[in-house]
Parts: sequence; structure tokens; C-alpha cells
Amino acid sequence: MSVDQKTVRRIAHLARIAVTEEEVPHLQGELNAILSFVEQLNEVNVDGVEPMTSVTPMTMKKRQDGVTDGGYADKVVRNAPATEDNFFLVPKVIE
Amino acid sequence: MTDLTHLTIAEARDGLKAKSFSATELAKAHIAAIEKARALNAYVLETPDKALAMAKASDEKIAKGEAGALEGIPLGIKDLFCTEGVVSTAASKILGNFNPPYESTVTRNLWNDGAVMLGKLNMDEFAMGSSNETSAFGPVVSPWRREGSNVSAGASGAIEGTHLVPGGSSGGSAAAVAAHLCLGATATDTGGSIRQPAAFTGTVGIKPTYGRVSRWGTVAFASSLDQAGPIARTVRDAAIMLRSMSGPDAKDTTCVDLPVPDFEAAVSRGVKGLKIGIPKEYRIDGMSPEIDALWAQGVEWLRQAGAEIVEVSLPHTKYALPAYYIVAPAEASSNLARYDGVRYGLRVPGKDIVELYEKTRAAGFGREVKRRIMIGTYVLSAGYYDAYYVRAQKIRTLIKQDFEKVYASGIHAILTPATPSAAFGIGEKGSADPVEMYLNDIFTVTVNMAGLPGIAVPAGLDAQGLPLGLQLIGRAFDEETLFAAGQVIENAAGRIKLPQPWW
Repeated sequence: MSVDQKTVRRIAHLARIAVTEEEVPHLQGELNAILSFVEQLNEVNVDGVEPMTSVTPMTMKKRQDGVTDGGYADKVVRNAPATEDNFFLVPKVIE
Repeated sequence: MTDLTHLTIAEARDGLKAKSFSATELAKAHIAAIEKARALNAYVLETPDKALAMAKASDEKIAKGEAGALEGIPLGIKDLFCTEGVVSTAASKILGNFNPPYESTVTRNLWNDGAVMLGKLNMDEFAMGSSNETSAFGPVVSPWRREGSNVSAGASGAIEGTHLVPGGSSGGSAAAVAAHLCLGATATDTGGSIRQPAAFTGTVGIKPTYGRVSRWGTVAFASSLDQAGPIARTVRDAAIMLRSMSGPDAKDTTCVDLPVPDFEAAVSRGVKGLKIGIPKEYRIDGMSPEIDALWAQGVEWLRQAGAEIVEVSLPHTKYALPAYYIVAPAEASSNLARYDGVRYGLRVPGKDIVELYEKTRAAGFGREVKRRIMIGTYVLSAGYYDAYYVRAQKIRTLIKQDFEKVYASGIHAILTPATPSAAFGIGEKGSADPVEMYLNDIFTVTVNMAGLPGIAVPAGLDAQGLPLGLQLIGRAFDEETLFAAGQVIENAAGRIKLPQPWW
């Protein structure tokens, strides 16, 4: 399988990465090189094989559902580019 | 007095205990070496004040007889580990001047054992690369040069000539250890990022079993594959560091509740009576005769030390790398969704929230990272998920089963080459086709896909005088056998003579 330029633009939008018109053909070539490399996986018979979900067999650790951390909103927002009263600021999203 | 930067961790530990020198003297020697080696670009942030304060605290603890396992040992920290109050960037512009208000579990464990932080080490952006060329801080220069090479440090301190890459993604870690800019370094490995740079620089690197080391506070690339480990100058030093880095952690549900063995004690066990597997599928087409000869030499060394050598088969080996280039980008596209210009790091304004995301991520991520996010987005997208992602996860099951069958037949560890070649020059690979660079990980990536431990140990030099490494792959949670067999190789090969400063 290979991707066309329209698909490259669609993937970029899904990934929320702006791409310029000049970048599209380069990205198309690079993505197709990778897709053609992974094509060989189609040779493998995977009938009846379970897809891996955990590389080491383990049961998920559980703990009491209680508050163990937190109470420092100022530290949480300290690295944000724009904040007000310990809230993250973003452009208006609802008209 | 001998140069303090040329000690091993074990020697430094003994010297500090015997009060032959102080932790402060040891830290100062390294700070001076780092200042003189800036042309290598191994450190992206030097923290000399922190190092001296930590060394002073270590000297006080040593005086009181309260020394920890790594008391006073100066280390470099890959910039993928979040360090409280010290800028942590993953070598990406998108994290900008991110200053974590918390400490990663790995670094917390090291500081609890008394280690001293010299600074943060360069790497491929978000650990995506095999040459350290994708870093937002620029490439790392390997301290190694080909015989007769014209690479030199010019009058201005800039590097002249086509230098070699140290490998990646832990290129800063490997270069700093090889150039004596720290006694050991933390590193991480998703597809070979500890073992490949270790092999390229004549150092020892171990990726432990998935779950041995906590991933908490380490910037995530592909969460089902990522594991931290040490790069050091000897097998023993790697064992000492790994013991301190490991252990259960309530903050990482994939980090196992198993006691950490005394890895250092395993170093002197030897391989007598062990069965070492040699997988025929690693004998790839076009493999250089030098790598083949090195591998045969490794077999001979282990045999002479009393191991039984058995040819084994891992039939799905050739599918590990293509499956990896579906699984790892898929996880990366999900993990890196958090870099949105809202909560930390870079923000490029836009007319609405979507444009803010798109412009921020376009400006903040480098080319390789964008490429992998986009591949990951594609293979997870509606209509392609089953054909790519689910198929790759099934193949991952087959790869793991290959290893399980071999180990069930009584094999204790597997010996392979670490890399298909010695270090290459900057700009030599992957500029036209990204897959050319990806092939560096052909021998290492199977280990991540199966969650197993793997160690790279220097085993010789190529015709151009560059180091080559062998890899040992172990059973899950049996790093001890890797240290035992790794030491046999180190003893037989002799410690590699690291380059003298020319920088």
C-alpha cells in the first residue's frame, strides 16, 4: 500500500501537524519508503495468533482508590505558556 | 595521582571508601574534563554547581560512614529523564525550557544511593534515531576517529572534517562515557538505543527486561518497548549502576514487584555449564566478514570458558524490524499527542485551537519525529488498523514465541553481533531513505519486541580501528547471566583502549 498526497495532508491533519505544500512530496516519499519496508509482514501467516497486549505476563497492579498526590495546581501549570489563576489559557473554542 | 576521570565506578567507589580522594575532587576532575570537551556536544546542560553540592553531601556521608551504593559517583543523565528543577527537553524544541517539578524514579533511585549529577546528555529527539543526528541541539561528535582520519578540533574549538556519529539515541551518554566525561550514564532503549551506541563507542550498555526499571518520569516514546539502563566502561560498572536504577515502583504499573538481585555478584560467576544459543537467522545477507569473524571469536571465547554452544533458530527475526516500525510509531503518535502548546513547552499562536496545535507541533517537532507520528497516525487510522497495527502485534507474539521455544529447550542466553557495522560518518546514512538508518537496529530490536534483557559488550576493533560489540540476549529477568557472560567476553577481548583527547 502507498499513500497519495491527499492522504499525506489528511494524516498530517489527524496528527495535528501543519505541513507546507513543499513538504508534502518529501513526506509522501518518506512515508511510502517506510510502508514499502513493512509490506513484507504480509508474507507471515498470522492465522490464529493472538495480538500481543502485554510483553511480560502480568496482572495489573491495583491499589485503593484514594487520593495519594496533588494539591499543587501552581506546580501543575508552572510550565504552561499561558495561564490565569491556575488555569491553562487557550483560544476561544466555543462561539 | 592517576587521572580521576579514568577510574571505573568500582575503582572510584573503593578510592572514596579508602579516602584516597574526595567526592568533591572526583566531581571537579569531571567538571574540568567536560569544559574542555564542549566541541563533542555530549552534554546539553552542565550542572557543575549541583554536582559540587551533591559531592559535598557525599563527602559528609562518607565521613560519617553512611555511604550509599553509588556515593560520590559522578554520572551523566540522558535528557529524557525528568530531573526536578533542572531543564529536561528530550532534545526537542517542543519541550523548550521545560523545568520538571518532579524527579524521575530512575534518577531519584540514583540520588538516593548517593550518585552525583554532572549534567544532562544529548540524544536523538524523543529518542528517535540511531546516530544522534536528530537532536534539536545538534549532533554529538564521537570521540572515536577512523585511523588516519583528518577530523580535528579547530582553533575555534569547532570540529573540522567528517566526524563519526556515536550512535543513538543515547549518543550523548555513550560519547560521554567513552570520552571520560562521567563514570557512567543513564540511557534508554526502545529498539537498540542503549546497545547500538555502546557498541559504536567501545562501552558496555544493558537494556534490562521490560518491567525491571520504572518508566515513571522518563519522557515516553513507545511505552510497551521503552526501558532504561546504564552505559558504563566495564561490565561490572554496568551491573553496579543497574542495581541502583532498578526496583519496584508504585507509580509505574508495568514495573514489576520483584527483588533486585545483586547484579555485581553475578559478574564473576562465569559461564561453565551454560548453554549459549547462536541464532542462524542473524547471519544476514551481505554481513561484513569482520562482524562474522567477531561473532565467531565470541563463540570461541565462551566455549573456552566452559559454555556449551548450540545452534538455535528464531524464525521470525527478519520481521521484527518492520513490525517495530508499526508498533513504535503507533505508540509514539499517541504518547506525543500531549505536546499541544497548552500545558508546557513551545506555543505558536493560531486563530483557533486547532491552528494553535498544528502550528505548535509543526514548529516544535523535528523531521524524524513528525515522520514517525504520521506513520503511527496512519497505521492506527480507521481502515488500516487491522492491516497494520493488529498484524504487527500478532507478529510480535510470534517473535516472543521464538525466544520462548529456544529458552524452553534449555538455552540460557543467546550470542549475536550488536550492530551490522562499526560507527559511520555524520550525514552518511538515511538522508534519502529513512529505512537505511533504521537497519542499524536489526540485531537489537527483536529484544525490545520480546521484552527481554540484552547487553552489548565491546569485543574488538575493525580494520579502521573502530570498536565493534557483541550482544547477549537473556531470559526475562535474568540479567545476571548476561553480566556473567559479558564479563567472560570482556576478560577475553581485553578492555578496549578508549581514545585519547584530541578535542
